[in-house]
Amino acid sequence: MIIQIIVSIGALLVLIGLWGLLTRRNLIKMIIGFSIMDTGTHLIIVGLGYRKGATAPILDSSITPGTHFVDPIPSALVLTAIVIGLAVTALMLAYAVRLHSSRGSALIEDFKENTL
Amino acid sequence: MIKRFLAIIALLGAAAVLLPFVLKLPTEEALPGLASEYIENAPGELGAANLVTGIIVTYRGLDTLGEVAVLFAATAAVGLLLKRTGNEGGVSHWRASEILESGGGFLFPLIILYGVYIFLHGHLTPGGGFQGGVVIATGFLLLLLSGSVNSFNHTVMSLVESFSGFAYVAVALAGLIWAAGFLDPRFLPQGDFGRLFSAGAIPVIYSLIGLKVGAELIGILDAMRCKVRREGVTA
Amino acid sequence: MNIAIVIILGVLMLAAAVTALYLKSLSAAVIAAGAVSLLASVIYLLLAAPDVAMTEAAIGSALTTVVFLYALSRMRGTKKEDPRD
Repeated sequence: MIIQIIVSIGALLVLIGLWGLLTRRNLIKMIIGFSIMDTGTHLIIVGLGYRKGATAPILDSSITPGTHFVDPIPSALVLTAIVIGLAVTALMLAYAVRLHSSRGSALIEDFKENTL
Repeated sequence: MIKRFLAIIALLGAAAVLLPFVLKLPTEEALPGLASEYIENAPGELGAANLVTGIIVTYRGLDTLGEVAVLFAATAAVGLLLKRTGNEGGVSHWRASEILESGGGFLFPLIILYGVYIFLHGHLTPGGGFQGGVVIATGFLLLLLSGSVNSFNHTVMSLVESFSGFAYVAVALAGLIWAAGFLDPRFLPQGDFGRLFSAGAIPVIYSLIGLKVGAELIGILDAMRCKVRREGVTA
Repeated sequence: MNIAIVIILGVLMLAAAVTALYLKSLSAAVIAAGAVSLLASVIYLLLAAPDVAMTEAAIGSALTTVVFLYALSRMRGTKKEDPRD
């Protein structure tokens, strides 16, 4: 049940982000849509690794032999994906800044091929 | 209007792709084979209390190495795209408030200490190189915002970055020589479980990752920010 | 684990995401996108993934927002306003 809710939220976030990416015309808004999509994907992956009543995969004195852990692999993958997400977002923003300084506009219709 | 219609079609396609994730979820309580294998063997093999760290640094270490390389490439590209040509950006009369100025100077060492704490204890508690590196970058960001520095020493930054990247690969190769394979941290003694100096070379590798990530993120922030000369600031 | 908390957080996240895309002011939109990340990090904590929660809180909501705001401050002086966004 809980996984279902989390994965649905993540899927909806992906769809919202995709909608923003496709329909917004300001470059910044498009990049925001991309980063929302990113967050949604991460939420889906982490949600798929959750198990009911499980604890975080960190061993300390409170762990008894019968304790269930959540799946640590999605956590590990998403952790690196978040860092890459920041780097890619920064790269896109750098391109947006350069495009803006070359055309004086951040709207996507000002970057049609025949006007460049 | 046709564009919006096409967007709706693309959205429906994406929804059709995502629907199986929502409908066919893992219903069984048990973890998949690889995960339960890791959970069973990792504490004994690696001696790391935080299994996520163990997986990132060791089992998935090659991914992490590639990820650090991607981060480096992205940082280099950002720096290249936003290369300063001469003296752009005017003189700003903006000045940080006194609270930000003195608070920034006071908090900076504490934030750096916290970041170092996070990546040194990555194998014991939640956190590690990536989080610690980000915290360190946040400390430098505070320094920038408070106006007490106007630019960073690029020689030192690139030195830290190349040293940590080189040392990361060197430690990985040491695992190839003295242990079972590339990125195997077991060539250092495993120590007592749950102590700071334990888990072989995992804290070493994660500290190097922390330094590298911190230096790269500071590089991104330094390249992105608007370079303005501030009047009345003598850094 | 409380399902109600997760649902509330999720609805807030979706609302913040839609807001981020439709707000007129770009800097407000960037802050709304940061709120999506911050709420996501709370959900990660509830999902027993503290490592991911830390990373998302530090990177997703702090550094990404700062990078966006830096980019916005360098893109001042747009010739015309976006009529629809």
